[in-house]
Amino acid sequence: MAECHPVGFQWVMEAKARGAKLIHVDPRFTRTSALADVHVPLRAGTDIAFLGGVINYVLEHEKYFRDYVLAYTNAAAVLTDEYRDTEDLDGVFSGLDPESRTYDNSTWQYEGLVVEAASGHRDQEPRTNGSFTGAARGESHGSGGATVGEGQPRRDDTLTHPRCVFQVLRRHYARYTPELVEEVCGVPQQQFLEVCRLLTDNSGRDRTTAFAYAVGWTQHTVGVQYIRAASILQTLLGNIGRPGGGILALRGHASIQGSTDIPTLFNLLPGYIPMPYAHKAEDLEKFVDALAPRKGYWGDMRAYLVSLLKAYWGDAATEDNQFCFDYLPRLTGSHSTYDTITAQLDGVCKGYFLMGENPAVGSSNAKRQRLGMAALDWLVVRDFSLVESATWWQDGPEIETGELRTEDIGTEVFFLPAAAHTEKDGSFTNTQRMLQWHHQAVEPPGDARSDLWFMYHLGRIIRNKLATSDDEADRPLLDLNWQYPTKGPLDEPDAEAVLAEINGHDAEGRPLASYEQLRTDGSTACGCWIYCGVRADGVNQSARRKPGTEQNWVANEWGWAWPANRRILYNRASADPDGAPWSERKALVWWDAEQRQWTGHDIPDFAKNKPPDYQPPERSTGAEALAGTDAFVMQADGKAWLYVPAGLADGPLPTHYEAQESPFDNRLYTQQRNPVRDIVPTRPENYYQPSGSAPGAGVFPYIATTYRLTEHHTAGGMSRWQPYLAELQPEFFCEVSPELATERRLTHTGWATLVTARGVIEARVLVTDRMAPLTVQGRTVHQIGLPYHWGPNGYSTGDAANELTHMSLDPNTHIQESKALTCDIRPGRRPRGPAAVQLVRDYRRLAGIDAHTGTQR
Amino acid sequence: MTEQGPPQPGADHPPRMGFFTDTSVCIGCKACEVACKEWNAVPADGLELTGMSYDNSRRLSSDTWRHVAFIEQRKPLGGQEPGVSHDNVDIFRAAAGLGVTIASPGPGATAPAPADALPGAPAGETSPLAPDGRTELRWLMSSDVCKHCTHAACLDVCPTGSLFRTEFGTVVVQEDICNGCGYCIPACPYGVIDQRPDDGRAWKCTLCYDRLGVGAEPACAKACPTDSIQFGPLEQLRERAASRVAQLHSAGVLDARLYGEDPQDGVGGDGAFFLLLDEPEVYGLPPDPVVTTRDLPSMWRYAAAAAVTLTAGVAVSFLGRSHR
Repeated sequence: MAECHPVGFQWVMEAKARGAKLIHVDPRFTRTSALADVHVPLRAGTDIAFLGGVINYVLEHEKYFRDYVLAYTNAAAVLTDEYRDTEDLDGVFSGLDPESRTYDNSTWQYEGLVVEAASGHRDQEPRTNGSFTGAARGESHGSGGATVGEGQPRRDDTLTHPRCVFQVLRRHYARYTPELVEEVCGVPQQQFLEVCRLLTDNSGRDRTTAFAYAVGWTQHTVGVQYIRAASILQTLLGNIGRPGGGILALRGHASIQGSTDIPTLFNLLPGYIPMPYAHKAEDLEKFVDALAPRKGYWGDMRAYLVSLLKAYWGDAATEDNQFCFDYLPRLTGSHSTYDTITAQLDGVCKGYFLMGENPAVGSSNAKRQRLGMAALDWLVVRDFSLVESATWWQDGPEIETGELRTEDIGTEVFFLPAAAHTEKDGSFTNTQRMLQWHHQAVEPPGDARSDLWFMYHLGRIIRNKLATSDDEADRPLLDLNWQYPTKGPLDEPDAEAVLAEINGHDAEGRPLASYEQLRTDGSTACGCWIYCGVRADGVNQSARRKPGTEQNWVANEWGWAWPANRRILYNRASADPDGAPWSERKALVWWDAEQRQWTGHDIPDFAKNKPPDYQPPERSTGAEALAGTDAFVMQADGKAWLYVPAGLADGPLPTHYEAQESPFDNRLYTQQRNPVRDIVPTRPENYYQPSGSAPGAGVFPYIATTYRLTEHHTAGGMSRWQPYLAELQPEFFCEVSPELATERRLTHTGWATLVTARGVIEARVLVTDRMAPLTVQGRTVHQIGLPYHWGPNGYSTGDAANELTHMSLDPNTHIQESKALTCDIRPGRRPRGPAAVQLVRDYRRLAGIDAHTGTQR
Repeated sequence: MTEQGPPQPGADHPPRMGFFTDTSVCIGCKACEVACKEWNAVPADGLELTGMSYDNSRRLSSDTWRHVAFIEQRKPLGGQEPGVSHDNVDIFRAAAGLGVTIASPGPGATAPAPADALPGAPAGETSPLAPDGRTELRWLMSSDVCKHCTHAACLDVCPTGSLFRTEFGTVVVQEDICNGCGYCIPACPYGVIDQRPDDGRAWKCTLCYDRLGVGAEPACAKACPTDSIQFGPLEQLRERAASRVAQLHSAGVLDARLYGEDPQDGVGGDGAFFLLLDEPEVYGLPPDPVVTTRDLPSMWRYAAAAAVTLTAGVAVSFLGRSHR
C-alpha cells in the first residue's frame, strides 16, 4: 500500500501513530513491509491456504464474534442434503460439469427455499441456441449479493446442525492447520500463529481490524475467492459494517471504482445492473423478473433500470416501447478484454479503442495482445504519449524478431493525444466509493482533448452522418439523449451537465435527492442509481471540501459517497440486534428509541424508521421484506454470506488450488487447479507450462510475480515519458534473493534473461534480502520480482514483464493470473532477432509443452 | 561572521523556519524529490540504475535538492542491538563498475553465499524470525536536504554576496549574482551545495524562499504524504522532535536519535535536522560536522603573524645585504 498508494498510506501511518498494529503479507518485502510491525513473506498464489488457516484458527479457538455471526450472517442457515464439499469430492464441489468447465449450483442452496439457479446463470437459462457460455455475473454483485430462491431458509440458531453453514465451514477448513499453512505457503507456524493472535485479539466488541488488498489478490485464477476468504474472516470476526473494519479494495488507478460503478466492463450497466443477453424473446418484464431478488434493495431494480433507460433515450423511451429496452446492446458471450483479443485473432473483432490503456506492454501475454491488434482493421489509441500500443506495428518486438513485417500489417492506427486530469473537469471515485470533483486548471495543449470531448463529438458527428437514415438499426443512436452544453475555445462539454444526468431528475426536471425516489413508470430519469443524490438540490455535492477539523470524524461533508453519502456500508451491523452500539468505543449508528429512528455519526445504511424488532409481513417484497436485524440490505436474505449459495462461478467456499503454473502439487487435493478457470491454450504464444510433479516442470523452477513501483504508473504511459519520474527508477529490473543469485550466478546490477513458454526478456538484477527464499513442502523455492512498467518506448525503457505472463483467468471476473507463474532465469542478456524466438521454442521442447499442457486438472 | 549566525527574531523578522525530517515515518515515495524539482524547475539529471537499493539519485547535488536514501539492513525494526549495516552487498563497488561491460555492468558477484548469512539478531515481539532463519529486515528511508546551518560556511566564503541569510534564517543562493567561483562547494561540511557543469553556478535547496514569502510551506513538505518532512518555526520543531524521540524510545526503538538539532554542535545546529534510526554514517551523513570556516579567524591571525615574521626576515636580509 505504501508502494502503490502512498497518499492513502498516510492514514495507515496515522493509525500506527495511535497504536494500530500493521501486518503485511506479501511475497516481497516492500516499502509497506518497511513500515509494518510484521511482514509475512509467503509463496505467491497460496493466500487461500493462509487465510483458510486463519479461518480454521478462529473457528477452532472459538474466536469468532458469536452474537454478530448469529444475527447478521448466514451461519445458521441449513443447506440441502445434496451439497457436497471439496472435502467430500477431492477438490471439487457438487455440480461440476468437467466437459464445459462449469458448475451447476443447484445443490449449493439453502434448505427451505424454492431452488433457483444463480442470477448469473438464470439470465442464460432461457437460451435457445446454446451459443454463449462463461460470462459469469460476478461483477454484477458489486453492490450486493445474488438472488436466492423464495421462502425462508431453514435455520439452526444453535449452529450445531451438521448441514448448517457454520458446521460446513468448520469441516471445509478443518485441514487448514498451521502445519499445512507452513507446508503450502512457506510461512513458519510460529509466525502464522502470531498473525492469528494479532488479528483475533484486535477484533470483537471493542476492537476492529481492517483488511486492505490490491490487484495482488485479484490477479489469480482464484482471485475472487481470495477476497471471499477475507470476507469470511472479517464476517466471523464481526469486522464488517463497523468503524475501523471492512475490506478495502485498493484500486489500480485514480477512478477505477468509478469505472466499475459507471462501468467500462462489458457485462454491466451503470450501478451494477446486469447487461442483458441476446435471448430471442426477452423483454423488460422478463429481464427484471429473472434478475431482481424478492427481498432487499435490489428488489427495486426495475425502477433503477427504467430510470436509466429514460436517461439514455429521454422522450423516446415510453411505457409502450418498454422504455427502449430493446435498444440496449446484447451479450453473446464473454466480451472481456482477454476474450476480445481472441476475437481479434479469430477475425471477429475488427476495430479497437484504447483509451489510456497500453496493453502492448501492460496486459498479460503482451505478444498475444500485439498479435490481436495486428489482425484489426483499425485501432484508435488515445494517450498522453506514443505508447507501445500505438507503435508496435513499426518497432514492436515481433518486428525485431521477424515474426511480423510492417508491410504485412493491415491495421490502420490512429493516435489521438489525450488531456490530463488537470486539463479537464470531472470526478474521481476512490476505493471508499467517494466522489471528489476536480476542476480544470489549464486548457489542454495542442490537439490534446478530454475523453469527454472525444466521446461527445464522436457521437455528435456519427449522429449527424446518420441523420437521414431510416434504418431501424440506427434508431438507438438517433434517439439517444445527446444534448450537452459545451464551453470554452475547444467546445468542451460541460462535465457537470453529465453529473446532473447521472444524478437524475423527476418529470419536471428537478434534481433527485435519493434513489428511493426512482419510479418504474418512466417519470424519473437517472444515469446511475447508486449515484443518485450526488447533485441533490442542484448542488455538486462531490465538490464539497469542508475540512475534517470543522465536522465530525466521519466527515460526511467532504465529497460525496455512494449510496446516499454513507461512508461505511452495512453500518446497521455496528449496532447489536437491539439497536445499541456493540461498544461505546466502536459506536457508529444506533436506534434512538425516543425519536423512533436510526441515528449516529454516519448516515445509517438502513431504513430510517424501521425499528430493530421489525418483522416483515408475509409475502412482502423488496426493502419492506427486510427485518429490523437484516443489516446487509443489498443481500437477497439480508445476511452477510459466509457461504455463497449463488452468484459465483467457482464454488460457494474458497478452496486452495495451485496457480495455473506452480512448482508444487496441490497438497490438499488431487484437483491441482481451479477446475473452472478460464484458459485459452490453443495457440503457441499462450502455451502453459507443466506444474508440480508433471514432467518438464523443472525447466521452469522459479516463481515470478509482477507488481508496480511507487515511481511509475502501470504500463508507464504516465511515467516513463516524465524525466522526473523516470530517473527515479530508470530501467527495468528484476529482484532476486542472494541465494538465487548464487544458485544462478546472477550479479548485482548485471543482466539476467528470463524465459517462459511465452517469451524471453532481459532485466537488470537487484540482489536483495527483500526477496526471501521459502521452504515449501520440504524444499527451497525462490521467487523473482518483476515490476511491469516498462516497454521499448519513452524516456526510460526496458523489456516488458508481460512478455512472460499468460492468459488464464478468474472465471468470475476474467482477470489474468499475473501474480503467480513459473519461469527460468539465467545470467546475461537475451538473444536478439530470430534467436530469441528459437530460445523460447527450445524451452518449450525441453519441457515437452504442447497445446494440452496445463489444461487438465 | 560565523559567530553572528542567523538573525534573532524580532520586530523585523519572522521566526527562524526549518525542516524536521522524521525518517521513522518516511515511506520512500520520493514525492519530495519530484515536488522539489517541479516547483524549482530543477533539471532532470539522467537515467542511471545505481543498484543502491531503490536510490537512483545517489546524493544531493546541483540538480537534486531533496534526496531519499534507501538502506537495507538485516535487523528488526524495534530491536535493540545495533545490527549489521548494509555490508552484505557492496553497492558502492557495484555502482562504480556501472557501464564497464555491456553484458555485466556490475564488477562481479556481490551477493554472499547463503552460508555467509549473518546470525539473527534477537527478534522482538512483533518481529518474528523470517522463514529462512534470518531476522526480519529493516529498510531505512530518509529524505536528505540542505541543512541551512546556523553557522553556514558557504555563506562565509561567498565573495559576491550571492549566498545570503534570509529573514527566515535560511541560506539561499541568488542565481543572478552567483559568479560560479565555486568557493562554497568545498566549504560545505555536508557536501550539499554543488555547481552545474553547464553553467558553472552553484545550486542548492532554497527552502522554497519564494513560497515562504507568500506564507506557503516548501514544496517537499507539502507533498510528503506521511508528514515525514515537517516544516515550521525551528523552536517548535525541536520540541516536537524531542517528544517524538521519547515516544520511540518508550516504544522500544532505542536506535532513534536526532541529528543536527543541537545548537552546540559544530555548525551551531541545523535549520533542517533529522530523526535517524541508525548512525549518521549509515545514511551518508557526517557524524560530527564542523563549519569549515570555524578556524578561519585564528588561521588568519597565524597567517598574519607568519607574514609579519616573514616580511621582517626578508627585510632584515635585504637590510643586511645592503649594508654589505
